[in-house]
Amino acid sequence: MKRRKGAGAALSAFILKEIRHILRDRQTLIILLLLPLAQLVLFGYAVRTDIHDVRVAVVGEGSDHATSALRNRFAGNGRFRIVGGGLREDELHEAFARGDMDVAVLLEPDVTEKLARGVPTRVLIVSDAADPNTGATMQNYAGSVIADWQDDIGANRGLVQIKLERQMRFNPTLESVNLFVPGLIALILTMVTSIMTAISLSREKERGTFEVLLVSPLRPWQIILGKVAPYLILAMMNVVTVLLAAWLVFNVPFRGSLTLLLAASTLYALVGLAIGVLIAAVTSSQIAAMLAALGATMLPNIMLSGMVFPIASLPLPLRLISNIVPARWFIELCRGIMIKGIGFQLLWENLAILALMLMVFLFVAIKRTSVRLA
Amino acid sequence: MFSSALRVLLRKEFLQIRRDPVILRMLLVMPIIQLIVLANAATFEIKDARLWVVDQDHTPTSREAVTRLSSGGRFAPVGQSNSFQQAEGALLSGKADVVLVAPEGFERSIVRDREGTLQMILNAENGPQAGVIQAYGAQILGAWARDLTERSTPQLQRATGPEAPPRRGQPIVEVRRRGWYNVTANYKHYMVPGILAQLITLVGTLMTALNIVREKELGTLDQLNVTPISRAAFITAKLLPLWIIALFELTVGLAVGHFLFGMPVVGSVGTLYFGAALYLVAALGLGLLISTLAETQQQAVFVTFALMMVYSLMSGIFTPTRGMPSWVRNIAELNPLLHFVDLARAVLLKGAGFSDVRHELVMLALAGSTILAMAVLRYRKRAA
Repeated sequence: MKRRKGAGAALSAFILKEIRHILRDRQTLIILLLLPLAQLVLFGYAVRTDIHDVRVAVVGEGSDHATSALRNRFAGNGRFRIVGGGLREDELHEAFARGDMDVAVLLEPDVTEKLARGVPTRVLIVSDAADPNTGATMQNYAGSVIADWQDDIGANRGLVQIKLERQMRFNPTLESVNLFVPGLIALILTMVTSIMTAISLSREKERGTFEVLLVSPLRPWQIILGKVAPYLILAMMNVVTVLLAAWLVFNVPFRGSLTLLLAASTLYALVGLAIGVLIAAVTSSQIAAMLAALGATMLPNIMLSGMVFPIASLPLPLRLISNIVPARWFIELCRGIMIKGIGFQLLWENLAILALMLMVFLFVAIKRTSVRLA
Repeated sequence: MFSSALRVLLRKEFLQIRRDPVILRMLLVMPIIQLIVLANAATFEIKDARLWVVDQDHTPTSREAVTRLSSGGRFAPVGQSNSFQQAEGALLSGKADVVLVAPEGFERSIVRDREGTLQMILNAENGPQAGVIQAYGAQILGAWARDLTERSTPQLQRATGPEAPPRRGQPIVEVRRRGWYNVTANYKHYMVPGILAQLITLVGTLMTALNIVREKELGTLDQLNVTPISRAAFITAKLLPLWIIALFELTVGLAVGHFLFGMPVVGSVGTLYFGAALYLVAALGLGLLISTLAETQQQAVFVTFALMMVYSLMSGIFTPTRGMPSWVRNIAELNPLLHFVDLARAVLLKGAGFSDVRHELVMLALAGSTILAMAVLRYRKRAA
């Protein structure tokens, strides 16, 4: 009995020592606490995925009623800004190459006459579609302005019109911050748990202080626990501050259960810690641990998790790989809880997958660690 | 300028890089892997959005709407129901990306008023994805509406031909759309220049910072400081090899992008390299600046990644800068990466010439000289 109590006291003393260790490295601590908030602000203000302020040039415009109505339609639409007055058709390529405008609307020189006589006239919408999606979206905006103008001049009479009403569910204002907050939480948890743990454990190994710990009365699992516990606390602090800031500054919705969200975050943080321990066990230097952690956790977390780029858009091999990226399941969980407001009923699969991953990584990590200790 | 001390130092740096297997592997293999994975993963391209249909009209026309939507490879029907509740469930559980609602009386209203309304309910968790799906939907339905017009009024079909007879009092406008510079709408062609820019940034900034901080950690920096080598020679010797390596990486990346992904190289490669050479001065200078701030390699990595994150998110590589509020855009103007990405895309995809990208070149030169000057200044202070 007495022995066990002694071991417990040793463990808590060890955890305290580790916490002090982290608190003393001010620079890293500040980065770890402030970086997530800075990223949140960035995602909230700078990363907009909707398109405003499209520069449009109307080429070959006359001054009659119909064409000035077209100009007014563009000028009156908040999305467009008219540029390049007096641009000629043969200067178009050059102007696009310089990046002077995003969309050009070309009218025929005798458009007025043709409209009046009822001869078909052509309107060509050219968009800078180097980015295919932005190009398609801008064409669409320009197309709807032109459709309004056709209404104005009566060119739509007798034509079949299909109006498309749209309803954006779950995120009607298309705030990109709503998209990114779940991904950001996953990113931060990965950074603090996997990468920091891997580096800190491999530093002990590099310096030989790990051997010192091994000959102490602490059991190996207690050493690992002591090493990772402070990072778990730090990670959860980050989650709470980011959630608070997201809610207070950007009004990110919380439609579902907060308890479930925090429970899922803890589970995901544990998976991250297990990966960190595993990486430290299989690498021999800090720099190798860092590179391995970045390659194995950060990149998949950003690229293959659906954080920014939809998983459905990935080619098949990458889509298959995305199944073993823990962040993928966690981000789905977060979005489901926060933005869609769904609960355990629809999300238990994700929780089960994360729990399974935790067990597998933990098992392998313990196995690898004890092999090295032998 | 190339004093013998500098020559010896340069030799030492090249030898050091060549002999480190980890760094060598990182420099040769990483860019290729990164380019291949990123170019395939960094895409908002929507291939088949999963479509759930709520057809309350039950007419040939409403069914044709669904057929039209799903025939272009942009939409794939995954289910249908009569009730909204089931459709909502499909959205909630993530089984469908978009719900198409054909309201009752859709066909009747097209026949009678020549105007029908369809509704699209999109899962907008991922806003850009939803926007693109809607844009494609609108395009397909617009084309369908033109077909319906032609089918119901045969005289209009001829009216859109080149020798159409005039119809009094009825203005006719035929709208056509073209997307220039990426006719096949290949997302990879658009992403490769951006990824290349990020790649040489990573190599330039991170490698410079790590290289110097490691010498600091090992204590060899102090040794160098007491040797009779001028600051200029030291900094040149540190930066020049990495500058060359980064340009080499750019070449490898361009080759992979061109031959593997078929990315066009429309403009002059010389202009691109000139821009890259200028941009790398800024990127390497930033690495030097970080190395004066960080004491350990761990810190250097974290500071670099924090900066890189800000850097790339405000560069337009992944998200259009068009959407940023104007004050953020003004700040982003200071970001050299943004100008280099603009330049790379303009030159590679649009064939912009030297004079078309003067603005970017000037901004790159300014950023490079400012950052490098700051770094060198800070470096002197520390050494004193």
